[in-house]
Amino acid sequence: MSAEISHSAEPRRRSFMLDLGGANAADGEILDAPLYGPRSYRVLGDDALSKQFLEISMGPHHPSTHGVFRMDVVLDGETVVRLKPVFGYLHRNHEKLAETMSWLAAIPYTDRLDYFCSMTNNWAYVLAVEKLAGIAVPERAEYIRVIVGELTRLVNHICLAGFLLADLGALGTPLLYAFREREKILDIFEEISGARMMCNYMRFGGVRVDLSPETLQKIHRIAERFPFFLDEFEALVSRNEILLSRCQGVGVLPRHLAVNAGVTGPMLRASGVDYDLRKVDRYGIYDRFEFRVPLGEHGDVYDRYMVRILEMRESVAILRQALAQIPEKGEIMNPQAKLRNLRPKPGEIYSRIESPKGELGFYLISDGGPCPYRYRVRPPSFINLTVLEDMCLGQKIADVIVIFGSVDIVLGEVDR
Amino acid sequence: MFGLELLRGLAVTARNLIGSYFSGDRMVTVQYPEAARPTPENFRNFPFLVYDERPEELRCVACKICDKECPPQCIYIEQRRDEKGRPIKQPEVFDIDLAVCMSCAICVEVCPFDAIKMDHQFDNPTDNRFSGLLADKWKLARSNQYYHSIRPAEAAEVDAHLAAEAAKKAKPAK
Repeated sequence: MSAEISHSAEPRRRSFMLDLGGANAADGEILDAPLYGPRSYRVLGDDALSKQFLEISMGPHHPSTHGVFRMDVVLDGETVVRLKPVFGYLHRNHEKLAETMSWLAAIPYTDRLDYFCSMTNNWAYVLAVEKLAGIAVPERAEYIRVIVGELTRLVNHICLAGFLLADLGALGTPLLYAFREREKILDIFEEISGARMMCNYMRFGGVRVDLSPETLQKIHRIAERFPFFLDEFEALVSRNEILLSRCQGVGVLPRHLAVNAGVTGPMLRASGVDYDLRKVDRYGIYDRFEFRVPLGEHGDVYDRYMVRILEMRESVAILRQALAQIPEKGEIMNPQAKLRNLRPKPGEIYSRIESPKGELGFYLISDGGPCPYRYRVRPPSFINLTVLEDMCLGQKIADVIVIFGSVDIVLGEVDR
Repeated sequence: MFGLELLRGLAVTARNLIGSYFSGDRMVTVQYPEAARPTPENFRNFPFLVYDERPEELRCVACKICDKECPPQCIYIEQRRDEKGRPIKQPEVFDIDLAVCMSCAICVEVCPFDAIKMDHQFDNPTDNRFSGLLADKWKLARSNQYYHSIRPAEAAEVDAHLAAEAAKKAKPAK
């Protein structure tokens, strides 16, 4: 990339370091000034320095890149002139792997896409297969799915807020407060599914384990306590002067660009587009709940932060309604649904849900065999990342980290 | 006024610092090797094979369903045969590569004989990355009592189910 730039800009100066030789020595000339004796030095001024671009490679092993991600950043002073995202360091061949194994065996692999939100990943995949194979889901299982899905949203958004603040330099405190609340939700996931993060909880036609009354009681307690925690978290940082000056007006994503680039999720809503798949598609039983969709106005980092905070309050509202409405007893698995040897009729399906990061879609083709003929993931993290350069151009290098953090990506989902 | 919100944030941290001495909601860590948090019954780490009386007589009948369904293909089974080469319903070899196993518990779900279950033990480090992480059937065998001790509710259900099946089998013989 550096070669391209030197062609497009002025012919490249050899160096801005102190040059040996006469004051009139031209670039590239072999300097034959005497080694011994008095010397004259050529000192380049500011105008020469300003034409110098610096290309640096941020990552892949940089703590603020949230995994293994590299940005080739070209800088003019401290201002970003060009940014090239480089990814693929965490590629695990997820899609092709799933085409070689049974429909059931792909579920634990979907946990590892976006490892913060394994429940919603499971949900997106099983929803697609259920639509393809025509499997109905019992009432209670639908409620359980909504409950764990909204708990996942709380986990993801509160962690993102913590990580974003850590990227800003608030090391430790907000992140650990966020993790303290996250642990309480992960304990519930561990109780019902056996694992804290790789839940592997949903099955075609329902969920694996029922929620016991004690677990429901714990979720009740979380739904009660979480708004107080959010109040405290907001008192801690949301109106902090340093946060405002670092975040407001930084990394603006205009509305038309967000729509054209296919950006979804809280990032799109922070740019002021009212598009929430829970409202648009009303998949599952989301038509039974009343909730609002928070929208940003400016589309900057602060809007993206605040939209997520406000979305968490709405998630708590959905949780409360779901806990009040959930039937006391009932099937959690469709008795007709087969665990093994599922062979959907030949056909194709694209099914999507509103995962915490945006529109998570699965495109599946079945040829009637024991494994998918084509298995394609539409990852929200990856597509939201495509506008990174547009948001970063003209910003300072320190803001790149903040803008990148506000996109909310997980590299497991970007690279798959 | 600039700095007011900063002070408000500091007040929150002070409240948390002082609260951590009194409130269990704010002080959530335990000192791990000395104290550990209780493990929920559903917790899963690596699979083990259940036997009823003797470790030589596993519940496993070497039907190889788990072998077929295992997503990362970490199970290897060979059926036992008698002197004439006829198959016996016992595994001769049952290996699980723990370095490959991803604890998804699909083997447990698909097993029709309730022969493989998930263990609670998670601290099993080794200094040998090859044979130390390859568990054979002797290493995997656990008694039904052990299964009852880690998962009482589930094990009772399984026992009742197995007893009902045995009774069903015994009836036509009469």
